[in-house]
Amino acid sequence: MNWTAIKAIYLFEMARFFRTLAQSFISPVLSTCLYFVVFGAAIGSRIQEVDGVSYGAFIVPGLIMLSVITQAISNASFGIYFPKFIGTIYELLSAPVSFLEIVAGYVGAAATKALFIGVIILITAFFFVDVNIAHPVAMIAFLVLTCLSFALLGFIIGIWAGNFEQLQLVPLLIVTPLVFLGGSFYSISMLPPIWQTISFFNPVVYLISGFRWSFFGAADVPIALSLCAIAGFTTLCLLIIWWIFKTGWRIRQ
Amino acid sequence: MAPILNISDLRKSYADGFEALKGVSLQIETGEIIALLGPNGAGKTTLISTICGITTATSGSVTVGGHDILSEYRAARAMIGLVPQEINLEPFEKVINTVRFSRGLFGKPSDDAALERILRQLSLWDKRDNQIRELSGGMKRRVLIAKALSHEPRLLFLDEPTAGVDVELRKDMWEIVEGLKADGVTIVLTTHYIEEAEAIADRVGVIAKGELLLVEDKASLMARMGQKQLDVQLSEPLDEVPAALAKYNLTLCDNNRTLTYSYDTRAERTGITKLLSDVSAAGLVLRDVVTRQSSLEDIFVGLVHDEEEAAL
Ligand SMILES: Nc1ncnc2c1ncn2[C@@H]1O[C@H](COP(=O)(O)OP(=O)(O)OP(=O)(O)O)[C@@H](O)[C@H]1O
Ligand SMILES: [Mg+2]
Repeated sequence: MNWTAIKAIYLFEMARFFRTLAQSFISPVLSTCLYFVVFGAAIGSRIQEVDGVSYGAFIVPGLIMLSVITQAISNASFGIYFPKFIGTIYELLSAPVSFLEIVAGYVGAAATKALFIGVIILITAFFFVDVNIAHPVAMIAFLVLTCLSFALLGFIIGIWAGNFEQLQLVPLLIVTPLVFLGGSFYSISMLPPIWQTISFFNPVVYLISGFRWSFFGAADVPIALSLCAIAGFTTLCLLIIWWIFKTGWRIRQ
Repeated sequence: MAPILNISDLRKSYADGFEALKGVSLQIETGEIIALLGPNGAGKTTLISTICGITTATSGSVTVGGHDILSEYRAARAMIGLVPQEINLEPFEKVINTVRFSRGLFGKPSDDAALERILRQLSLWDKRDNQIRELSGGMKRRVLIAKALSHEPRLLFLDEPTAGVDVELRKDMWEIVEGLKADGVTIVLTTHYIEEAEAIADRVGVIAKGELLLVEDKASLMARMGQKQLDVQLSEPLDEVPAALAKYNLTLCDNNRTLTYSYDTRAERTGITKLLSDVSAAGLVLRDVVTRQSSLEDIFVGLVHDEEEAAL
């Protein structure tokens, strides 16, 4: 393993993040505050407790997931698309590094950024509602796994994208709906049966459910199933990336 | 000594079916400077990109320092520095950071003293904390060189290092290349400027349409084709070359006012003195005498031209 190279990529990417630190934080924090005001205070006051938790607290895990997933994808996809766009990718391709090292550097940095933002949102949430975390270790594990797996997905999107529109298309068309319909703001059990069935085809449901379990000890789907879902998703992304580097798809002519 | 770079029968067809390299073979010895000359689209960049791992070869093989570029890519690439033709740099990054990044990417432990030496050598030390977008075009090109040198490569590819660079900087660049050669770095550079190849290369290769037409020692190439011409300009036009001068194989041109004599500069006797005295003995009145030497440019233009004619 060329650890020096992984570190170089990681630090270089993190430097970009720290250069724009304020921008990176303001937008997710602001939108979280808005969600709390609209869903927590305005609508939430008319909703009874969900699964024995106040609605304001109930949406915290979903809100964190929403931000973390969006951030992991956008950071990772931009991180690898940008060198492709401005041509600096020549250096990565000509360096003595394997695909694993490139992925570790870029995905690691994107996941770290997403994790930072997830933590910031959690802290913000404490200002609005009382949140007790039932299983802190599981909570952190879920958060880290989610950051990593969606950063992997973002990396794939960044390699696939041929222009900036495409770079934003997948998150907008696929990921945002999946996350919103994944039970960020409601419990799957609140849906009519047919929609419940459909929901179980949405991978994000398993993530949010598992994450919520780590907070409140209750979940829509069994925790083991949540873990399998995230492991399966991560493996799939890794396989696709392995194939991309093996064939040079969209990067090496 | 084994060649540092060994290219054998390298072929490259792009996805659209275009064959950019048609079986290139070339050995490069450690420590030499080789210049690759060729018109636009000849395949110079494709050749370099394939060796460096940016594009994949369709067939053929390449070893760098004895390491195959595919099966032992780590060892092979660690020896290579690449200065690409296009200026590809992150505009908002600081000079020092991008150079440090390059060193790390190639797996070398950080060494600020080494980076300082490289940046000073390239007159970039004062600009190390500037963002790249704040640099001039020539400085950006030097940043690319600094990045390529940051991991102390043994084999350096310079893809048109002096394109769009002013005369002064071009001379600086040549000096840098000389300095690297003195450190034992092997250099492959591509250029459109014949005088550049003439000034710094040990060997010259000519590429056109994906084929390596010739690789030869610069000196012997110059000597082989390096005939000199002596133009004897006369004050009165002649009808024909006087019989007394027939043995010199003169040609008459410029409205029959100039006699041209070809000779080899390395020959023991060039025959000039004899020719001139025979010219005056024949009663011809000289107006002026001019000598010309065929440059690499003539050779190069001649070669590419022959190739095009052969293709017809
Ligand atoms: N990605 C690509 N896809 C298809 N064809 C390509 C690609 N890159 C280069 N070519 C073609 O391959 C040929 C050689 O290009 P290359 O860039 O190697 O030339 P070059 O000798 O470096 O030219 P120049 O002096 O202009 O830099 C050209 O005809 C070019 O159009
Ligand atoms: Mg080129």
